[in-house]
Amino acid sequence: MAKLESSFRNMVVVLLVITLVASLSLAAVYNVTKQPIEAARQAKKEKAIKLVLPPFEHLVEEEMQPPTGKDPVVVYTALLADTLVGYAVETYSDNGFGGRIQLMIGFLPDLSIYNTAVLKHAETPGLGDKMDSLKSNFPLQFKKMEAESFPLAVKKDGGGVDAITAATISSRAFLDGVNRAYETLKVKGDKQ
Amino acid sequence: MNRLAYLTRGLLRNNPVFVLLLGMCPTLGVTTSAINGLGMGLATTFVLVTSNVAISLVKNVIPDKVRIPAFIVIIASFVTVVDLVMAGYAPALHEQLGIFIPLIVVNCIVLGRAEAFASKNRVFNSLLDGLGMGLGFAFALTLLGSIREVLGSGAFFGMKFIQGDAILLFVLAPGAFIALGYLIALINKLRKV
Amino acid sequence: MEYIIIIISAIFVNNIIFAQFLGICPFLGVSGKLSTSVGMGGAVIFVMTLATIVTYLIYQFILMPFGLGFLQTISYILVIAALVQMVEIILKKVSPALYQALGIFLPLITTNCAVLGVAILVIQKDFNLMQSVVYAVATSIGFTLALAIFAGIREHLELMGVPKGMRGVPIALVVAGLLSLAFMGFAGLV
Repeated sequence: MAKLESSFRNMVVVLLVITLVASLSLAAVYNVTKQPIEAARQAKKEKAIKLVLPPFEHLVEEEMQPPTGKDPVVVYTALLADTLVGYAVETYSDNGFGGRIQLMIGFLPDLSIYNTAVLKHAETPGLGDKMDSLKSNFPLQFKKMEAESFPLAVKKDGGGVDAITAATISSRAFLDGVNRAYETLKVKGDKQ
Repeated sequence: MNRLAYLTRGLLRNNPVFVLLLGMCPTLGVTTSAINGLGMGLATTFVLVTSNVAISLVKNVIPDKVRIPAFIVIIASFVTVVDLVMAGYAPALHEQLGIFIPLIVVNCIVLGRAEAFASKNRVFNSLLDGLGMGLGFAFALTLLGSIREVLGSGAFFGMKFIQGDAILLFVLAPGAFIALGYLIALINKLRKV
Repeated sequence: MEYIIIIISAIFVNNIIFAQFLGICPFLGVSGKLSTSVGMGGAVIFVMTLATIVTYLIYQFILMPFGLGFLQTISYILVIAALVQMVEIILKKVSPALYQALGIFLPLITTNCAVLGVAILVIQKDFNLMQSVVYAVATSIGFTLALAIFAGIREHLELMGVPKGMRGVPIALVVAGLLSLAFMGFAGLV
């Protein structure tokens, strides 16, 4: 089959044209998908927040630097009409067995915990991954946990929390994240 | 070769994973469940079909010396399309497949078919070839994903049929290697029969 | 200190082959002999480090400022392809013996998932340039380590009575699985 000969000019021109066409088409696809991608991200966040708080209507998002830890956390103030429903804090801990874990903790206005959700983790399946409510009852003990119980610690460390069997490190990391969320809310409350 | 053969070749006799032993990285990396394997297989099929067709269309305009970079740009474009579309419309699957989606561009199967077939054959045949290879790949991934999900999570396509954990090894890294190893051995045996 | 954590994590805990499944094709294909494996590893160290630096700079100074993030895949793979071409030319001049020994596997570094994978990962992990370089070097050392261990085992396997159906790739995969299991033991290190 007759092909274009490999002269220098031809090679450069063809490559340039192909790259140009590719980049322009991709720009077009990107513009089309930008909206759905952003919408998907938002939906994922809202789904997590809905899990950890009672029903609300809208959220006020605020990024805050926690007292400990190098990265910021995000505090979502949830409102129904004009009443404060609670706070959802997107927090983290770098002490996980497999690295960083990300959590969403829902607090009621009196800073007691309403519910918890795990957003992302790299813990060992069968052990640390039991911090997910789908896998064990570990997270259930945090529902309705009073503000006075903070800072939280596992029983091994003198606290009142039952750790996941054989997964103390993951349990401690989970608590580290929850404590971080609580500390941040306290700072926020003190500022107001 | 009759048209149908282009299609069926990739499914069994020349299955890219089990026979040609190509595309191992995603095969091991995303098959923790059947649905992940299937999703990855279909995404790769899309790239295979579109890039095969595109390359077959322009094969006469590409000088021989720059054909590999040219193929790569074309393939990378379609991979980016898949990446963007999945991020927007199938975000959960997109997150599960993670880094392996952009890695479709270095999946030896895609560049391999472009070089070995699409650059030398007509458009419709290239389409069939891409489809056959892609579906073969999807079949292999779904099969391995199902095995690992059944043995490792006690579930199939997300539906659990036992309480608690199964043989966790199979959803972890070592299990991927071992499961694939035995699967290939089994298929080698069957092919000789 | 954090660099030590990155290094140990990249070589042992999250070994690119045994934990992350990147770079399997050359892993299964090359590691027949110890000497070729080490040569391949060396080439990968060079390409991966250079590729990570160049792609990182392109991302930070060209793609991001102009909102061209969606061109990441295309630009990265083109950079990698160009670098591999360069390495081929240099190696042909500097060490023709190694060039011959590596054969087809040298251009195949372009399609090595590990190289593109690491380039993408350092952006995902939010590393700065220094951390990215350390990560790339350490990861490719981990790659070379995996290849070397595997080659050593394979040289022995040739002499053993492996059942016919398992010979070649199947037994190689099972061995890789056992190595992967062993490497999981490093998990508590960092």
